[in-house]
Parts: sequence; C-alpha cells; structure tokens
Amino acid sequence: MSPASSNMHMGAGGSSWMLRLDPRARIVASFIFACVVVSLTGFISLSIAVLCGVFLMLSAKLPAGETVKKVITMDGFIIFLLCMLPFTTPGEVWFTLFGFEATWEGFYKACEITLKANAVVLTLLALVGTIDAIVLGHALNRLRVPENLVHLMLFSVRYIDVLKQEYFRLRVAMKARCFQPGNNLHTYRSIGYLLGMLLVRSIERSERILEAMKCRGFQGKFYLLGEFHFQKRDRIFCLASFLFLLGLFILDISYG
Amino acid sequence: MHIVDGALSNDVVIAGGILAVGGIALGLKKMDMEKIPAAGIMAATFFVASLIHVPIGPSSVHLIMNGLAGLILGWTAFPALFVGLLLQALFFGYGGVTVLGVNTVAIALPAVLMHYICRTGIRHSNKKVAMFWGALAGGGSIAVTAVLVTIALAITGESFIPAAKLVILAHTPVMAIEGFLCACAVSLIHRVKPELFDSFIPVTAVRHA
Repeated sequence: MSPASSNMHMGAGGSSWMLRLDPRARIVASFIFACVVVSLTGFISLSIAVLCGVFLMLSAKLPAGETVKKVITMDGFIIFLLCMLPFTTPGEVWFTLFGFEATWEGFYKACEITLKANAVVLTLLALVGTIDAIVLGHALNRLRVPENLVHLMLFSVRYIDVLKQEYFRLRVAMKARCFQPGNNLHTYRSIGYLLGMLLVRSIERSERILEAMKCRGFQGKFYLLGEFHFQKRDRIFCLASFLFLLGLFILDISYG
Repeated sequence: MHIVDGALSNDVVIAGGILAVGGIALGLKKMDMEKIPAAGIMAATFFVASLIHVPIGPSSVHLIMNGLAGLILGWTAFPALFVGLLLQALFFGYGGVTVLGVNTVAIALPAVLMHYICRTGIRHSNKKVAMFWGALAGGGSIAVTAVLVTIALAITGESFIPAAKLVILAHTPVMAIEGFLCACAVSLIHRVKPELFDSFIPVTAVRHA
C-alpha cells in the first residue's frame, strides 16, 4: 500500500475542478447534503437538490448514462413500496384500480422519497464515489474513523477483485463439468458448495497473506502516511456548499 | 434489502445510526489485530457473494448470506457487513447515506443473533445436525432482517405496513433458498475445514469449547 500522495487526485479523468478538491471536504459535504436533503419537504427545494446532484455528476465527468442508470435502479423492494404508497395512504382520491383507491397524498409522498433518494445517491456517487478507494480510507482515517475499521475497509477493497476472480475460476470449473443453473435442488446445492469453497479458500488466502505480511514486519497496523492539504479552493467549496444548503433550507421553510 | 434515503422518519434513522455505531465498536473491540486481514478478506468474500444471482422461478435473486457471515464472524460481522454496505453505496449507488446505519443493523444484527443461537449446533459431529443448524441460521437471519425492515417502516408510518407485510411474504422463498444454501455451505465446511468456524473466536474461548 503505497503512500496515497502519489495517486491522491486520480479519479475519473482528474482534470475537473471537483476532483482536485480535498477528499475530506467532499466526504463531509456529501454527508451534510444527505442530512439536509432528507429533512426537506417542498418540491421546489427537492428539485433544486436533484439538479445540484446532476450538476455535480457533470462536474465530476461521470459517464451520464451509466450513472443515471445506477441511480434509478433501486431495490425491487423499494420500487414495490413506492408503488404501494398511493394505495395505502389515506387522503383525496386520485383514481381507482380494481377497487383500490389511489390518493394524491400517497403519490406525493412516493415522489418525495424518490427525489430525496436520487439527489443523495447522485451527490454521493459524484463527490465520494470518484475518490480512489485507498485515498478514501486515508481520508476517513483523518476524519477520526477508527483505524481498525479503515484497515478492514482497505483490506476488503484490495481483495474484492481477487476474490471475484476466484469466484469466476470456480464458476468456470463448474461449467467445465457441464453445470447449468436452473430451478432445481442440484443447482442450489452446487451454489451452496461453491459458497462454502469460496469461504474456505479465502480464509486460507488470508492466512497466507498474514504470514507474508508478518515476514515483512507487519504488526497489525498500517501507517497511513497520506497527507492532505486543505487549500483555498477547498475553503471556497466549503463556503459555497454551506451557503447553498442554507439557502435550500430557507427556501424549504418559506415555500415548503 | 436496501432502504433508500428519505423513506424513513428521522427518529428511526437516528436510532439505527446509534445502534450501528455501537455494534461496529463492539465488533472492532472483539477483533484483535491479527484478525484484521482475515476479517477484511471475509468482508470482501461476502461482498462477492452478494453479487451471485441464484435462479428462482422465472427470475433470480441475489444473495445476502448474512447468516453465514454471522456463523463465521460473530460480532465482527458488524464492521465487515458495514464495510460491504458502504462500498455498495459508493460504487453502485445502492441504499443511501443517512440510512446506512439502519441498513447495517438490519443486516448485521440478525447475523450476530444467529451466531449465538447456532454456534454449538454447527459444530456438532454429525453432519446432518450441523446442516440443520446451518439452515436455521441462513433462513432465520433473512427472516429477522425482514422483520427489522418491517419494524423500521412501521414506526415511520402506518401507510407502509400493508406493503411491508407483503414484503415479508415475498421473502419466504428467498429465506428457504438462503437456508438451503447455508446448510450446503456448512456441510462443505464441515467436511473440508471445520476449524473455519473457530477462526474468529478468541483463543481462550476455543479452549473452553
């Protein structure tokens, strides 16, 4: 794990103003943004929040189509919940479907949740999702997140790809033995064994890693040396975000 | 089951956050330095496991496998599954920011619960008995997760309750599948590497068992 300073500002492209901001400022800003947006109630302020998310997405030079797809694909369970809301909220009747009454109140509530969720996720993907995972660990550590948790995160970030390869290897081995997934007990049993094998292999891998690291003087601690510099542009960003969120809040109270 | 931002009321979100911080702190405290690499890799494994799609009827579901995580990790499941949820939110935009605490509790608390209920059962020398407890852990943790999500929604508003009830109903097949997969995984671990279940237990506790 090299000192983070070398790849501090590597994100998507690295040329945008936003990607040059201090990661700590971006993490804190997106967290406060989420807290403010969740507490909003008016449609004007929520729409502005979504627009702000879109603006940040464009500034971060994220691929627009892919990101929007990511943001819109919510859990099936949440979509179901939102579709149910108009029918379960009491209020003024909007239309009737198979004897069930849909209400405007429920529809507004569903729209409100959708706008909030999308605004927060867009901002999160733009501000924090573009931070290199290693840099993110260092930044979280500087924000007083416990060291053990940061180490845990850095390890899993490092090994997700490795284990995914391991999983694909096992899948290829199954395919070579003519395994075809279907709705039968054999499929479920095979996938269960696959999971068990994946776990056995990972724990053995972790033992090898620990031994190799011990050979190199590992004492249960990484030295997180990455230095961050809070500069003028970060101060401007913080001030601008603060004023924007304050404005959003006031707008919501006066026109909510 | 990732709840999104804005769906829950503030008190539920705050309570979830506090519980999650408590659970993570406890999990980190119970994990000694030597176990950090293993815990990180297990977190990565369960992240990968959650990408596996299992066919069910005409469609497919992706696995949660928090029961299995609980069996192996114990309290360490809290930080490990939290890291998984955090990375899912950052990379894929699943879930959200303020609901991270609620989501963590909904996934990790059942895992820890199942760890305590099933920890003697899965070490049974008879493989069939061990598989039974494995199935209980896999299915039970999904059931508890569904119940916790329902409680969170029910506290938020009356209008969520009918939908939440249907969600529990819809999760019965998922529960059955996760239970069966977990039983198979336990049976394989039983045969190949039974000491895997002891990897995250402090040395003194193993001697007593």
